[in-house]
Amino acid sequence: MTVKTFKAWYLVHKWTSLICTVFLLMLCITGLPLIFHHELEHLLSDQKEPAELPAGTPMASLDRVIQKTLEARPDEKVLYVSWDEEEPELVFTTTAKTMTETEDFGFFIFDARTTDILREGSTRDLDFMQIMFKLHVDMFAGLPGKLFLGFMGLLFVVAIVTGIAVYGPLMRKLDFGTVRKQRSSRIKWLDLHNMLGIITVVWALVVGGTGVINTWADLIIKYWQYDQLAAMTAPYAGQPVPDVLGPLENAMVTARRAAPEMEPAFVAMPGTLFSSPHHYAIFMRGNTPLTARLFKPVLVDAQTAELTDTREMPWYVKTLLLSQPLHFGDYGGMPLKIIWTFFDLVTIVVLGSGLYLWFQRRRSPIEQRIRELEQEGEPEPMLARDGIRGAAE
Amino acid sequence: MNMKLWGMPILLGVMSGIGLVSALLEDGLWDWISWLTLGIPSLLMCWYWLRPARR
Repeated sequence: MTVKTFKAWYLVHKWTSLICTVFLLMLCITGLPLIFHHELEHLLSDQKEPAELPAGTPMASLDRVIQKTLEARPDEKVLYVSWDEEEPELVFTTTAKTMTETEDFGFFIFDARTTDILREGSTRDLDFMQIMFKLHVDMFAGLPGKLFLGFMGLLFVVAIVTGIAVYGPLMRKLDFGTVRKQRSSRIKWLDLHNMLGIITVVWALVVGGTGVINTWADLIIKYWQYDQLAAMTAPYAGQPVPDVLGPLENAMVTARRAAPEMEPAFVAMPGTLFSSPHHYAIFMRGNTPLTARLFKPVLVDAQTAELTDTREMPWYVKTLLLSQPLHFGDYGGMPLKIIWTFFDLVTIVVLGSGLYLWFQRRRSPIEQRIRELEQEGEPEPMLARDGIRGAAE
Repeated sequence: MNMKLWGMPILLGVMSGIGLVSALLEDGLWDWISWLTLGIPSLLMCWYWLRPARR
């Protein structure tokens, strides 16, 4: 690599890093508790434990669960009913003032067998986890906040790629993993930055890249509604909105028949963004870690409980759905969550040391340092390394 | 390609890639493959950072 190309790679690495580092540090820090959101929410909230009942106790009617939700929040509507794969004895309901709400939700956690309410809350109760979540996802700034963080994520990806490009010339003469601790603190942190950065590079690209895709979730879902949902519910377009809905339980029977190998993940009630005014949209999931993420919508007529349509998700929704576990690290049990935590902490060190190296940069302008480097001719290996790094500062 | 320089980064990168994907495919053995292929790079980072300086 010539000094000129090195300089170009290096400048892109420096500037993309400098712009995104503060936000990436925030994302790494707020992301840490989110890795364990499942465990922490149990710990930090006053959620009651489900009743101790023999295995195989039948589930109560979902219509009863919906009714109890509406009794508890008479001025709200039920938008979604959902389940957690890991806790099949629970069922969740989401409420809001309007059926098309996207920000301000209430939620209930029920014992699915007894319909006892185990926890009740709202996205307005800004508890610790909710604050971490909002900061991480959109910094309390809605869609613009999401897209902004997505752009920071893109800069992060560029910084990683250019980081690989400058790694070669800097490390050419050193054994892999060398950390020169006896020299200046600057050199020690440069070596650590390079070693930790290159070992975590694939993880950082995957978690960074999937994070960027997740920031487009709202847009991807909007396009799916326009592209697929509208087509699936086309026969009902223009028909009057039904006053009385049939029981959800009847629709569930139809959905299970339409997707026999799958389990329900969530139900979008009629009139929500994931359904039509005429349908229960029941999203089914498979039973491997992979297929459990790839929801398949089954649209059931909310009055007659007849099957209207069911389709595989298109590639762009599948991409989004697979980006979620790869970003969250929640698909390989507790050991994977611990690995995620470790890589996250290492990324904080890489970001922090990068910032430190920039603060400690030499004062002479880069042109002068390159001139020095060129005049050195064919220097000692050590000098060459220092020289090219000098040019890099 | 200079394998002294790029050998380890490529090896560890491929390992991480396998680890990221395998736990997504199935539970059980596939989880173990993931923990191992991501755990080894984690331990290596600790070793390179904390090992006593030579000389």
